[in-house]
Amino acid sequence: MSASLHPFRSHSQPARRIEGVIFWAFRLATYFVLACGLAVFANIFFKGGATVFQARAPFVNFTFLTEAPESLYVFEWQGRKVEMGDREFREFRERNPEAAKVKTESYVYSAGGIFPCIVGTVLLVIGSMAIALLLGVCAAIYLNEYARDGRFIRFVRLAILNLAGVPSIVFGLFGFGMFVIFFGWNVSLLAGWFTLAFMVLPVVITASEESLKAVPRGFREGSLALGATKWQTIRKNVLPYAMPGILTSSILGIARVAGETAPIMFTAAYVVRDKLPWDVERSLDFFFQGVMALPYHIYVVSSKIPQNEYTEKVQYGTAFVFLAIVALIATSSILLRSHLRNRYKW
Amino acid sequence: MEPPAATSPGPAGPASLRRPATAPGATAPTQAGAVPTTHPVIDIENLDFYYGASQALHDISLSIDHHRVTAFIGPSGCGKSTLLRCLNRMNDLIDGTRVGRGRIRVHGVDINQPDVDVIELRKRVGMVFQKSNPFPKSIYENITYGLRLQGVKDKARLDEVVERSLRGAALWEEVKDRLHESGLGLSGGQQQRLCIARAIAVEPEVILMDEPCSALDPVATAKVEELIQDLRSKYCIVIVTHNMQQAARCSDRTAFFYLGRLIEYADTRDIFTNPANPQTEAYVSGRFG
Repeated sequence: MSASLHPFRSHSQPARRIEGVIFWAFRLATYFVLACGLAVFANIFFKGGATVFQARAPFVNFTFLTEAPESLYVFEWQGRKVEMGDREFREFRERNPEAAKVKTESYVYSAGGIFPCIVGTVLLVIGSMAIALLLGVCAAIYLNEYARDGRFIRFVRLAILNLAGVPSIVFGLFGFGMFVIFFGWNVSLLAGWFTLAFMVLPVVITASEESLKAVPRGFREGSLALGATKWQTIRKNVLPYAMPGILTSSILGIARVAGETAPIMFTAAYVVRDKLPWDVERSLDFFFQGVMALPYHIYVVSSKIPQNEYTEKVQYGTAFVFLAIVALIATSSILLRSHLRNRYKW
Repeated sequence: MEPPAATSPGPAGPASLRRPATAPGATAPTQAGAVPTTHPVIDIENLDFYYGASQALHDISLSIDHHRVTAFIGPSGCGKSTLLRCLNRMNDLIDGTRVGRGRIRVHGVDINQPDVDVIELRKRVGMVFQKSNPFPKSIYENITYGLRLQGVKDKARLDEVVERSLRGAALWEEVKDRLHESGLGLSGGQQQRLCIARAIAVEPEVILMDEPCSALDPVATAKVEELIQDLRSKYCIVIVTHNMQQAARCSDRTAFFYLGRLIEYADTRDIFTNPANPQTEAYVSGRFG
């Protein structure tokens, strides 16, 4: 018997060939997903980066990040093509009265920046997160720690599951009917906060329940056996350990929902607003004002105004900033988690 | 040895077990008289216990003495842990459990009466679990957890309790330099002794131990057993164990359970050398279980 005829020698079998083909299919599917993701990011990164960054110092287009949107005026002046924002153009005409007769083309929202949108989105995220965390964590504690399993609890869980499947536009209409009309809050931050919070609630509740479940039973029993009440046990010996998981998942959920246009378009978002949110007469007015928001601004500049090369710059620039903010929120949640995890390990 | 007295309440009849608002304890403290070396702390009378529809304990009657180590032995599923968890009402945490007929009395007070505050009960009847469960906090915070819940904030008092409890659990010398490090950094045996220290920090009268050594190596087990011997002078200890040698080594009285019934309850010596019941004999001699 020669050495090559040992019982484990390799020879082609149909099973091995099929395995090879299938594995390649899995691999290609993964590469395809990766390619799609990269294409989207690269597109926004390069086109948006051209708006947000610039070649000369300070390399960042601060006007775009710190100014409100303006109309852009384009005209011929002394044989050269000039682009000016609204305010700049008005000053220019005061200095040069003859400019009033120049034929100009104007492009709405194509000059200035998106500062009010950034502020509005950040405010919407913070407020809705606070509301969603408060309601969601309370509900999760009730469901996981207090409630006894029964028909009612099963019904509640079903409701939460269904809530997660409701399309965002339906949340928007619900918020409009409930908060804007019925409660009379008008188009306001408060209405937007609650609408977004309701939308993210299923995520927060589910994540909180999972995190609470992950806390070993022994910690609860040990605490109760020392004469703690159930609430003392939860507050001192369950919730602190569950908090990293709750926060991480909730913040990621919010980051996702913050990108939705539909829930805020009827409840909180203005197409344009001159005043910044803190520019209010009475402090209570703060909650009852509409704001500009990044996702809605992208929607407006890409579908509600005539399209041209100037609006495209704003669209991609806004998308770029928006992605950066979402990435920032996600990163901060991951940092927060690793920080809290190091405090409580078991 | 005296037979397990079924009804007489101990000399210290605690009214505090009941909620303060209700009538003071039905069994008033009696004479201090000739200090008995032991007296029953827990009386169990004809106890039936159910998990949902299935009955886990059938007609259990026994009485547990102070300053004694009482061991519950028996094969898995015989109800010994269930009975132990009845004694501080930890079974309340499990849905669908209920006490049927019968009573458990601690110092004469029926602990399943609605006017009994389970929090007060658990302060007096502490528990150590099978799987050591130090909280993911520092050793110091683990020990002071129970006292802080009771609102004790005095640093000097807490320090004192930490030292006393750790000494009581024979752990002080090993951890005195790292009180503020996590309790989870200790070895398995140290963790279990930390849990014992945590239990005695709230000054209970009874300590229930649910297979405290089942996850420990022989050296750590020996230390815990030694500790149990030391604790006997101050506490009433009930220990559930799978390990018959352990019961023989460190208990004064042993109860043998089988299929939810108490088969035999006697001095440990008698159970292991001269059992009255053939089932007990079969079990302790290793013929089943």
